[in-house]
Amino acid sequence: MSLIDVKNLKVEFETADGIVSAVNNVNFSMDEGKILAIVGESGSGKSQTVFGMTGLLDHNGSATGSVKFEGKEILNLSNQKLNQIRAEKIAMIFQDPMTSLNPYVRVSEQMTEVLIHHQGVSKSDALKQSISMLDAVRIPDASNRIRMYPHEFSGGMRQRVMIAMSLLCHPKLLIADEPTTALDVTVQAQIMKLLADLQKDFGMSIILITHDLGVVAGSSDDMLVMYGGEIMEIGKTENIYASPTHPYTQGLMSAVPRLDDSEERLVTIPGNPPNMMKAPEGCPFAPRCNYSIDKCNSESPILVKASNDDHFRACHVSKEKIL
Amino acid sequence: MIVANKGKIKTMAENLSESGPGRSLWKDARMRFIQNKAATISLFILLSIVLFSFIGPYFAVWSYEQIDWNAMGSAARVGMPSIESGHYFGTDDLGRDLYSRVIQGTQISLMVGVLGATVAVIVGTLYGATSGYLGGKTDQIMMRIVDILMSIPYMFVLILLLVVFGRSIGMLFIGIGLLSWLDMSRIVRGQTLNLKNKEFIEAARVTGVSDFKIITRHIVPNLLGIVAVYATLLVPGIILAESFISFLGLGVQEPSTSWGALIKEGAGTISYDTEWQLLFPLAFFVVSLFCFYFIGDGLRDALDPKER
Amino acid sequence: MNNQPILEVKNLKVNFDVSSEGDMPWTKAKKLQAVNDISFSLSAGETLGVVGESGCGKSTLARAIVKMVPAEAGEVIWLGNDLLGLSHSETRPYRKQIQMIFQDPLASLNPRMNIGEIIAEPLRTHYPKTPEADVQARVIDVMNKVGLLDNLMNRYPHEFSGGQCQRIGIARALILKPKLIICDEPVSALDVSIQAQVVNLLMDLQEEMKLALIFIAHDLSVVKHISTKIMVLYLGNMVELAKSDDIYKSPSHPYTQALISAVPIPDPNVEKNKDLILIEGDLPSPINPPSGCVFRTRCQKAQEVCALEKPEFKGIAQDHSVACHFHD
Repeated sequence: MSLIDVKNLKVEFETADGIVSAVNNVNFSMDEGKILAIVGESGSGKSQTVFGMTGLLDHNGSATGSVKFEGKEILNLSNQKLNQIRAEKIAMIFQDPMTSLNPYVRVSEQMTEVLIHHQGVSKSDALKQSISMLDAVRIPDASNRIRMYPHEFSGGMRQRVMIAMSLLCHPKLLIADEPTTALDVTVQAQIMKLLADLQKDFGMSIILITHDLGVVAGSSDDMLVMYGGEIMEIGKTENIYASPTHPYTQGLMSAVPRLDDSEERLVTIPGNPPNMMKAPEGCPFAPRCNYSIDKCNSESPILVKASNDDHFRACHVSKEKIL
Repeated sequence: MIVANKGKIKTMAENLSESGPGRSLWKDARMRFIQNKAATISLFILLSIVLFSFIGPYFAVWSYEQIDWNAMGSAARVGMPSIESGHYFGTDDLGRDLYSRVIQGTQISLMVGVLGATVAVIVGTLYGATSGYLGGKTDQIMMRIVDILMSIPYMFVLILLLVVFGRSIGMLFIGIGLLSWLDMSRIVRGQTLNLKNKEFIEAARVTGVSDFKIITRHIVPNLLGIVAVYATLLVPGIILAESFISFLGLGVQEPSTSWGALIKEGAGTISYDTEWQLLFPLAFFVVSLFCFYFIGDGLRDALDPKER
Repeated sequence: MNNQPILEVKNLKVNFDVSSEGDMPWTKAKKLQAVNDISFSLSAGETLGVVGESGCGKSTLARAIVKMVPAEAGEVIWLGNDLLGLSHSETRPYRKQIQMIFQDPLASLNPRMNIGEIIAEPLRTHYPKTPEADVQARVIDVMNKVGLLDNLMNRYPHEFSGGQCQRIGIARALILKPKLIICDEPVSALDVSIQAQVVNLLMDLQEEMKLALIFIAHDLSVVKHISTKIMVLYLGNMVELAKSDDIYKSPSHPYTQALISAVPIPDPNVEKNKDLILIEGDLPSPINPPSGCVFRTRCQKAQEVCALEKPEFKGIAQDHSVACHFHD
């Protein structure tokens, strides 16, 4: 059984200028113990997909469809039930750890609070567990550092504290929303390595939201490429990198300069990201696509199998034409 | 070479397909303001009051200083509001026409409020923007001066000024104007410090734009939003201050009058069954103040939608 | 290529005063060494890439060159004149020749001015007598150059996407036909697909106008793609300077090596099998930098001498210099 199963997820926001549909018809499932990367540019709906799944949308947003977690429907559950699930089974970390850390409260208190509150652990036990968790995320001198305030940690250390906090209840699923975007490359490398190690040690699953194709390549088993609120391509990371079958994925891959390669000129995707206020009919990528045909502008493509191993693509143009 | 592909550029511009001039932030703000019902209605009412204070005198039968000897001393019996006698709002205790006096009071109070706020805004904005933009020691000194001025009790100084130099509208105006720019300058300075680190200011400095032009072209226009909001909130504050002073009997000189002076007179005679003497000026006063606050609120929401 | 350098920076030093809380007004402020002893030269048509992590002083370096922050010591020689010795008004003519583009595309445009006004501002500042028609013509010309339709002239910055705003910023930098453009993280805030557009645009413009570029970024892949030579900074100090291919193929400083190994390669086969050189620990405080070599606290090769003696920044091959006692 898959850990999480998303069907026809749609996320909409009601704004002063009308209804904005941020996520459209998203379908995917993920197995236990895997790392799934959701890749997309700003405005692609990658974060809103996850917020919609976990009930963290802004007050003007609404999600429809179905999200099954361990076989149970969790979409649009009551806040109380969702809170419990989020505390015990699904943990989240964000780009800026300071958004989830209270700057005026010592790390020790913020960490033990979670345990005392949700698991009824005694105070001294909670402290012991917290320290060992800080050890696990390789914060040196954890037993002393736990008494510090969040701002006394560096950016990378803060993200480690965040990770330690999110792992306290041994969640089944960790959702990491751009966890390294604000960090320097050397720190990013440390954090990504740490996440990979923790994933093995704790046997959890990770949904990694990112725009960095390098990070995706290094750390994910499966990947899902989003554009304009829709899934363009989904499959095993190796397969997609080896042969991207969607024009957008292809464009994205060739637009990134590679350190180990010296190309004369970067291939670009013309145009600008879609304005979600007036999303085009049909395929959202059609206006920027070199392969687009008439059908692309009128009919939204659905995900179809691209090859044998769970590789799907949403494109009207045949795979052979693109490769 | 770069423009080789016109078609490509066309696609780039696609998100901006509507032609014509762009929507400036001001236009956006105006639209948001109009959508705010309370603010629009308030603006309408306020404009009506202003209009009334200009047109009203043409319909008046009595002037504001003319005494109706019939009503004098017997305002409760003779001086009640009536169309026939020409005293639409009744008379005061001395038999003067309240309609004309309320109009006069409205003119004076609004003038004091608007002029006072204008002076405060101009002085405060320039002072604050200069202090914030120059920074360093200059900023320190300029702001300490503001601190010192602020620590002087405002009302006390105002009353002292009026007592020492005599009661006059000019003195009142100077007193209020001199002191109410302090808050403004602080707010503006804070905003300027914020703006100063924005990259567009840096861009202008790298290009070699002069300090004066940076302040007038880049900083002040970006401050106007908050200044406008603060100014609309400052006007009622000044009107209140003036009314308070007038209520104490130190404000406007007789036979001129203002809302505060009228309210004071009305409140003094309330026990003689002449409630209209209080209610008419009070109504104008309260409605105008509400209008100013609603407009200020509306402006803030319109100019700074992210705050909400 | 003309090898006469247009810009020479010699031993540039920038200090910041930092006062800590609770200090009395007369307490002497502590000195923070933001940029320490940096020298390089740049010729027309060349691109110098500056990389380093946040806090390494790369933005300060850029701002010191254009005199936005005062330098403590050193020289910035622009076409034979030391800019640092000039007064405010004497510097003004040179400002035409050096322009800058910024990281946050939207924040670098005044929200109350329309695009036409923004792009024309440098021109109006330096040539205030230019007839309006000529200004318009020049604006249209640069807008076309950076790939913007000229009918967008009356629009305001908030109506544009990040990539378009960056194009506007580039157009503003180009209108005075500068010789050098300093790009401070110009693509970091942009989406991947837009990044490539802007990088290509900059490279095309450089070729067309024989521009020199200083390209500051933390993304080594982009820097390597656009630069002729790369300078690696750590805590305000130069640790390595070499041709961009050499930096990647034979990094000699332990820090450069770690930096390169940390850059993720968008290829699962390469990325999942590579040996990561991780640097331990945190960046030391620039107020109290380590003695000797600044990198020694996190360096795997560090030995006693590294704490005692600051390594000299010396050439180890042609166009390749490094500051390390034990370089490869």
